[in-house]
Amino acid sequence: MTFEQGVFYSLAGVTVFSAVMMLLQRNPVNSALFLILNFFCLGGLYLTLNAQFIALVHILVYAGAIMVLFLFVIMLLNLGDDKRLTEHLGMRMYLGIAFSVGLLVELLYMFGFNTPSSYTQLSPASAEMGTVEFIGKVLFTKFLFPFEITSFLLLVAIIGAVLLAKKKIVQ
Amino acid sequence: MRARRECLACREKKVMIPLNHYLLLSAFLFSCGVLGVVVRRNAIIVFMSIELMLNAVNLSLVAFGQFLGDATGQMLVFFVMVVAAAEAAVGLAIIISLFRNKQTVNIDELNILKW
Repeated sequence: MTFEQGVFYSLAGVTVFSAVMMLLQRNPVNSALFLILNFFCLGGLYLTLNAQFIALVHILVYAGAIMVLFLFVIMLLNLGDDKRLTEHLGMRMYLGIAFSVGLLVELLYMFGFNTPSSYTQLSPASAEMGTVEFIGKVLFTKFLFPFEITSFLLLVAIIGAVLLAKKKIVQ
Repeated sequence: MRARRECLACREKKVMIPLNHYLLLSAFLFSCGVLGVVVRRNAIIVFMSIELMLNAVNLSLVAFGQFLGDATGQMLVFFVMVVAAAEAAVGLAIIISLFRNKQTVNIDELNILKW
């Protein structure tokens, strides 16, 4: 096993483990912490794909911003081990598990085993493509319009978040 | 263009991790996210599962882009991240205002839209 394979399989193992643990935790804070672990491992996986820019942005945005927001909200709402949130092993839950496993089998069959096995290594251009320089060049030429639209989307999100979370002023 | 940045693996033509393994991992993460959305009752954990699904798709997009030598995959991931950030902000604001009105984040008790 080469070094690359070792890195990939250990990162993949931790990713899978943390995703499963996130689902199994009862306390939402533990779930969020496992999800942060998952995001860091995904950042490492992006690095194994030579996508440095995406890896950095992923860690900054997800682990740095989104998960902090999640933890902040969890602690703001003060959700402990709420008894009302106890998960019941009902009919619906078994159905959900059955459908999810069905989806997993389908996806594994479709993507994992039906993809042409000729793609065994990264494209020679991938090292160049992952750099900030290349991404910036493509982003500000070919994808300039969508990039500008995202600023509008973020503006809408800011206004929406403030409007929704604002306390209603009692007259 | 940049010879010194060229990765060792691409030059030596040795056996690397195939695309399939990235896709298998991505499929597994996506199914985990679906399971979380369907089974869990806590709205915040449902929300985190959605983030997990977005990330699974991101992983497969980056993997496809880097294996096929196309930058569009990474661009899509960039935009997905922007949308995910916006979605997290608005979604958590919705959860806060729901909690303020109903004192719960259990999605089984949040049925005011049910007719």
